[in-house]
Amino acid sequence: MALLEVRDLTVSYPARAGAVPAVRGVDLRLDPGETLGLAGESGCGKSTMAAAVLRLLPPGTTTTGSVLLEGEDVLTMRPGRLRAVRWTEAAIVFQGAMHALNPVRRVGDQIAEAIRLHDKATDKQVGARVGELLEQVGLPARRAASYPHELSGGQRQRVMIAMALACSPRLLIADEPTTALDVMVQAQVLALLEELGRELGLALLLITHDLSVLAATCERIAVMYAGRIVEEGPAAAVFEAPAHPYTRALAEAFPTIGDRASRRNPHGLGGDPPDPRDLPGGCEFHPRCPVSVAACPTLDVQLWPAGEGRRAACVHVRDGRPELVYQVPPRPVGEDAPVHRQVAP
Amino acid sequence: MTQPTIQEPVEALPPSLPPQLSPRQIARARRRQAAARAWREYRRSTEGMIGLGILVLFVAVALFVPLFIPSSELDVTKATGVPFSPPSAEFPLGTDESGRSVLALTLWGSRVSLLVGFLATVISVGIGSVVGIVAGHFGRWTDSVLMRVTDWFLVIPFLPLAIVLATVLGPSLANIAFVIGITSWPGTARIVRAQALAVTSRPYIERARALGASDWHLIARHILPNTVPLIFANTVLIVAVAILSETTLAFLGLGDPLRVSWGSMLDAAFTHGAASIGAWWYLVPPGVCILLVVLAFTMVGQALEAVLNPRLRGR
Amino acid sequence: MATAASRSFRLTAGHRRVGAKLLGAVLSLAFVLVFNFFLFRVLPGDPAKNLTRNRLVPAEQVQVLRESFGLGKPLPQQFASYVRDTLSGDLGISYKFRRPVSEIIAERVWPTVLLLGVSTMLSTVIGLWIGIRGAWRRGSVFDRVSLGASLALYAMPEFWLGILLLILFGVGVGGFPGMFPTGGMSSPNTDLTSVAGILDVAWHLFLPCLTLTLAYIAEYALVMRSSLLDELGEEYLTTARAKGLRDALVLRRHAVPNALLPTTTLIFLNLGFIVSGAITIETVYSWPGLGLLSYEALRTPDYPLLEGVFLLFSAAVILANVIADLLYAYLDPRVRTG
Repeated sequence: MALLEVRDLTVSYPARAGAVPAVRGVDLRLDPGETLGLAGESGCGKSTMAAAVLRLLPPGTTTTGSVLLEGEDVLTMRPGRLRAVRWTEAAIVFQGAMHALNPVRRVGDQIAEAIRLHDKATDKQVGARVGELLEQVGLPARRAASYPHELSGGQRQRVMIAMALACSPRLLIADEPTTALDVMVQAQVLALLEELGRELGLALLLITHDLSVLAATCERIAVMYAGRIVEEGPAAAVFEAPAHPYTRALAEAFPTIGDRASRRNPHGLGGDPPDPRDLPGGCEFHPRCPVSVAACPTLDVQLWPAGEGRRAACVHVRDGRPELVYQVPPRPVGEDAPVHRQVAP
Repeated sequence: MTQPTIQEPVEALPPSLPPQLSPRQIARARRRQAAARAWREYRRSTEGMIGLGILVLFVAVALFVPLFIPSSELDVTKATGVPFSPPSAEFPLGTDESGRSVLALTLWGSRVSLLVGFLATVISVGIGSVVGIVAGHFGRWTDSVLMRVTDWFLVIPFLPLAIVLATVLGPSLANIAFVIGITSWPGTARIVRAQALAVTSRPYIERARALGASDWHLIARHILPNTVPLIFANTVLIVAVAILSETTLAFLGLGDPLRVSWGSMLDAAFTHGAASIGAWWYLVPPGVCILLVVLAFTMVGQALEAVLNPRLRGR
Repeated sequence: MATAASRSFRLTAGHRRVGAKLLGAVLSLAFVLVFNFFLFRVLPGDPAKNLTRNRLVPAEQVQVLRESFGLGKPLPQQFASYVRDTLSGDLGISYKFRRPVSEIIAERVWPTVLLLGVSTMLSTVIGLWIGIRGAWRRGSVFDRVSLGASLALYAMPEFWLGILLLILFGVGVGGFPGMFPTGGMSSPNTDLTSVAGILDVAWHLFLPCLTLTLAYIAEYALVMRSSLLDELGEEYLTTARAKGLRDALVLRRHAVPNALLPTTTLIFLNLGFIVSGAITIETVYSWPGLGLLSYEALRTPDYPLLEGVFLLFSAAVILANVIADLLYAYLDPRVRTG
């Protein structure tokens, strides 16, 4: 049985002029011990998705679909059951751990709170477990007495991870765990997550905008755009031979060290992510797509099969010509970013 | 905590302007645009509009009262009513202890209450802004000294200080306004100083200085325009406090004995035993007026703050 | 070795902060003394004449006044004797009562402490609760009603409210008799140490206390609501919910304690408000405390008495601010160790 199965999840935020959809009909599946990366620009709905898994969305949001955690639908659970499930089956590590920790309580107390919520244990046992958790993430046990502002960014992130592991969950959701950290610290945190995943048999849902991070750490990658999954598949394949033009743009935005070709041609994608209140018709990516065709603005977009265990939501994949996506020649040095390039249908 | 600042996205200037403009004209045009935008945003707040409406009403009444009610009605020697009589057709709000119409007193009283309120605010905001800008911009010693003085005024309880000052200076309209102004400038000073500090540390100030800009130029051209909106929102709230302060001082007998204000009405009512007689018509109107005016200023002030600091919207 | 040294270093830094705050307080008090001195003695013209301008005072008394100011002596000497006298508790002789000011003040302190103490305690507890509930259930009927009521109470002069309550409950209106006394602290010929005496005082205390409590509740509710609304937007609360904490506990254990910190600061910044309330309400209800004393003093005007009361009020508020500062530093670890 899949550990996490998201079916047709739609999340809308209330707004003056009508509900704004942040997540639109997303399907995801995560098996025990598997690592899945979720990539996308800011505002594409990935953080909303993460919050939805544990039903942590702000009041007023409308959620439809189902989120099955070990077979139980989180969205229809009774509050008592939900609170019991939180942290013990799945835990979440937030981005920007400066504000995700209570600034006036010691970090040890905050970890202990998580333990005490789900377990009856003596103070001594709790203290010992807190020390254990801290050491597991590479921090000395005496750090339990520190306040969040006394720790560095990387240390705080480790504390968040330690806290997430407190009740031995089977799924760890890491929402932008490396954003706002130095590159060296990023590498450390990622290595830690990988190691913990292996040691503890954790399933990991890693959410970030940095595709290269996912390519290195995860087994599978899913890419989100404008609230929808636009590509999904094994990490290496998705990264090296993207089946969706957006994935390709994401991959190319981060030049590969050692690859001289990409060093000479780093290029981003022109334009801005679409406003969820005012989405373009058909395939939402078409205004920025370098390989869009006439059919794109009115296309009824779905995830079509794109190879072994892969799917992508691009018309070229549907038509059986995925090479049109990943074989688009890179721009020569010196040219401005393309806005629109029509490819003959 | 971030301080509220004006966000000025780079918009296209309205097409009606001639293409060749001096920088100052461009700046002025942008400010006008920002003001128009702010007003549009302000209009969306029902509270703000109601408050504004009430204020306009009161100011209009205060200004035009002499046209409808002759000041002779305030003359004690010409009073025609029976003292302390309840509302009637002739005296819609009853009479005071000398037989004067309470309605006339209330309407005329608005002039003094509002005037003292505004005057005191001008003094308070004037001193506060100057102190705040100087402290925030020049920093170091100037800042420390000025802040020490500000802190002292903040700590000392307002009413005892005001009583002491007013008693020594003597009761007159100007003195009361002065006393209130002089005891309430610290609030403005603090806010303005924080903003001045923030603006002074911005890179373009450093660049301007490198280009040879004098402090006066920096203050007049950069710091002041960035603090004015803040000062304005704060001013509105200060007026409310000033009016309440005038009322309190007048009630204690420190107001101008020759003029009627809402506070002096309450003082007269109380000392002449309106409470024991139950002459509610004498006590209720001035109080209600103060309540409405202060509420109105508060609503306007809050709406203004919401316009300036989007984070506060929806409170 | 290193820990012992770092522990003692932290102690010194904390002591230094306390020392700095106390020094600041002493400086403020010193400035009050200077202010008092100059205000009454170094005015243009003859101070004695100034002070008696509106009153009919016989010439000999004006002369006595002049002498009491020691106006013949040089200024530094006057100031020195003034400071010496004040620090030894001699605050001069009251014009109105012809008794030492310090004596009179001592007599009137306790009624004010009683009135302010009870009102502040009640209004803090109730006001904070209303603010918390309003913020937590923002937009609900409770929130809108309490917000409206708080704004209205905050906008009205507290003594006006006092007078209205006095009429309603003290004098009686529309045929209903007043249930509470209209003034004073106790009925004549009551033994204040007996149970009946205490009840009598409580009966007299009711209306002034009710008025002040209502006036203060408004401020506390508004400030607490605002602080809590700020806090409710913080991310660590989502973390707490994610851990499985019940909403009520998220509020009680995390949001409210953190919101109380800025609330405390804001409230202490407004302590002057409490003192002002005491003055006007004691006047309305003839409650024999320092507030009524101020009123009586300013009517005369009784300068030594006014100075003395001003000094006392200022000292009290300065002290309260120091305590608040230190308390805040103790409660907020970011200030303590940051």
